[in-house]
Amino acid sequence: MTQPSYRIERATRSSTIGLAVLGLGLIGLLLLPLTGDRATMRLIVEIAYFLALAQMWNLLAGYAGLLSVGQHAFIGFGGYMLFALVAHAGFSPIYSLPIAGLLSGLISIPVAILMFRLSGPYFAIGTWVVAEVFKLAFFEVPALGGGSGMSLPLQAVRDIAPSAQGRELIIYISALAIAVASVVAVYALLRSRYGLALTAIRDSERASASVGVDTFRLKLGVFVAVAAFTGMIGALIFLQKLRISPVAAFDVMEWSAAIIFIVVIGGIGRIEGPFVGIAIFFLLRETTSDFGAWYLILLGLLAIAIMLFARQGIWGLIADRYRINVFPVERQVHLDDHRQRQASSTSLTPTSEKH
Amino acid sequence: MSTIETRGLTAHYGDFQALFGLDVTLRSGETTAIIGANGAGKSTFMKAITGLIKTAPDMIHIDGAPAGGRDAHTIISQGIAMVPEGRRLFPSLSVEENLLIGTHAKRSGPWSLDRVYDVFPVLKERRRLSGTSLSGGQQQMVAIGRALLSNPTTLLCDEISLGLAPVVIEELYRTIAELRSEGLSIVIVEQDVARAVRVADQVYCFMEGRVSLSGAAQDIALEDIRNAYFGI
Repeated sequence: MTQPSYRIERATRSSTIGLAVLGLGLIGLLLLPLTGDRATMRLIVEIAYFLALAQMWNLLAGYAGLLSVGQHAFIGFGGYMLFALVAHAGFSPIYSLPIAGLLSGLISIPVAILMFRLSGPYFAIGTWVVAEVFKLAFFEVPALGGGSGMSLPLQAVRDIAPSAQGRELIIYISALAIAVASVVAVYALLRSRYGLALTAIRDSERASASVGVDTFRLKLGVFVAVAAFTGMIGALIFLQKLRISPVAAFDVMEWSAAIIFIVVIGGIGRIEGPFVGIAIFFLLRETTSDFGAWYLILLGLLAIAIMLFARQGIWGLIADRYRINVFPVERQVHLDDHRQRQASSTSLTPTSEKH
Repeated sequence: MSTIETRGLTAHYGDFQALFGLDVTLRSGETTAIIGANGAGKSTFMKAITGLIKTAPDMIHIDGAPAGGRDAHTIISQGIAMVPEGRRLFPSLSVEENLLIGTHAKRSGPWSLDRVYDVFPVLKERRRLSGTSLSGGQQQMVAIGRALLSNPTTLLCDEISLGLAPVVIEELYRTIAELRSEGLSIVIVEQDVARAVRVADQVYCFMEGRVSLSGAAQDIALEDIRNAYFGI
């Protein structure tokens, strides 16, 4: 076998600048607790977990083509697992976050096996039904408070940190870590060969299978990983709230509808999309939520307008107009001029990948 | 090298039966042409072979071992790749990415990206363009290159000349002949009967889901094919 004779590059000028700006923004957010502005910190926590949830849904729907409207099933399930672990198994709340995620991933396997028998709109409706079943099931668990829910035991709250300020700092750092991890994980996955296969599945699952992609395993892997991450985020959400109930945990409007709105208006199938969607969603919420139902009508009208006139979302318009790509996942192959042309014995393993 | 045999192959689309007990042998190292009118079951046959339509295990044998009902990616990992009707390129992927997706079969062999570019130099020039922005002939080259990157021993080509200019068809068939000379088994589903018979070692004519004629290409008269094709 001769040495392979090409290398793959992905970095672009806009991605270097964009990532530098995001890095600086992250440093700024890490310094925010020094100001002691707790209201802003609470808002950032909310933005961080919505960003992570949106990244996960974007991976699921925008890349794997799994249009779930029932992701709140795993948000609620993760939250409840945290409360169960802390209240009944004596686990530390912080250590319970990843365990709640793991349990959400496990419960998603039978859900996936059931749901993958459906496709298109039936899959979407099916996932919603699963979330409703989860909600009704937790109504029937007296140990977790039944229909009225439960609060985190006082001792467990003190285990997070003795002071309220300390607890908020830990939750703030955890939320930022989860948001960064969600972006890094999705970016790393999409840059791998599995990312290529996921994009192909989004275009045509049948054609992907016909060229050798194990579509079932890949989709199952994404569904389970997204459920695990979503469950962990759900656990963090209810750790911040210190209280959980079936109605709050499995609220389609509060969770899945908001996530879908964020991704759709930002730009589905692009990592940058949820960033833009988050900015618009929170801007609208902070400025118009006092108008009650009109706020929801405005969100709905905006989503409809985007779906009709800019199906790639607002980031899609910007990226196409100015050719900006902050998280490039496309492979740009550079063939070496001095390559050996022993065509009968070359392999396809890249010599190097510039990141 | 793989010899593929179907024994009493049947296939259904819901209640509609498309194939009725086909016995076909695709011999290793040969070119087999499958001809027939629209709706004869040619593409269904290809889909059954490649696992895109589920069949009973003993209806398809690869090198004597039952292989029916396996998933498409398993069939490809056994060295059977298809160039599908209509090319089926991925619109979100560039030319190069469309080619690279063919490496998911993880088979080792003589085919690499470099070599595909040697065979189809125009693809190298346009490797960063969207796959679906190319002309029909160039898209067909991508589809063939993508299949070759799975390093197959058998290449199934479904209607590769459909909608292409005669000069492009000539070029594609020259490439197919070169692949055949390197020992690759080729299966061609083709509407252009004369062309298919010209390049084939053996011919199967399908009609309404059944084999209406089969034999060595050199032994079959065009008149017989015409009769088998139209069922007269």
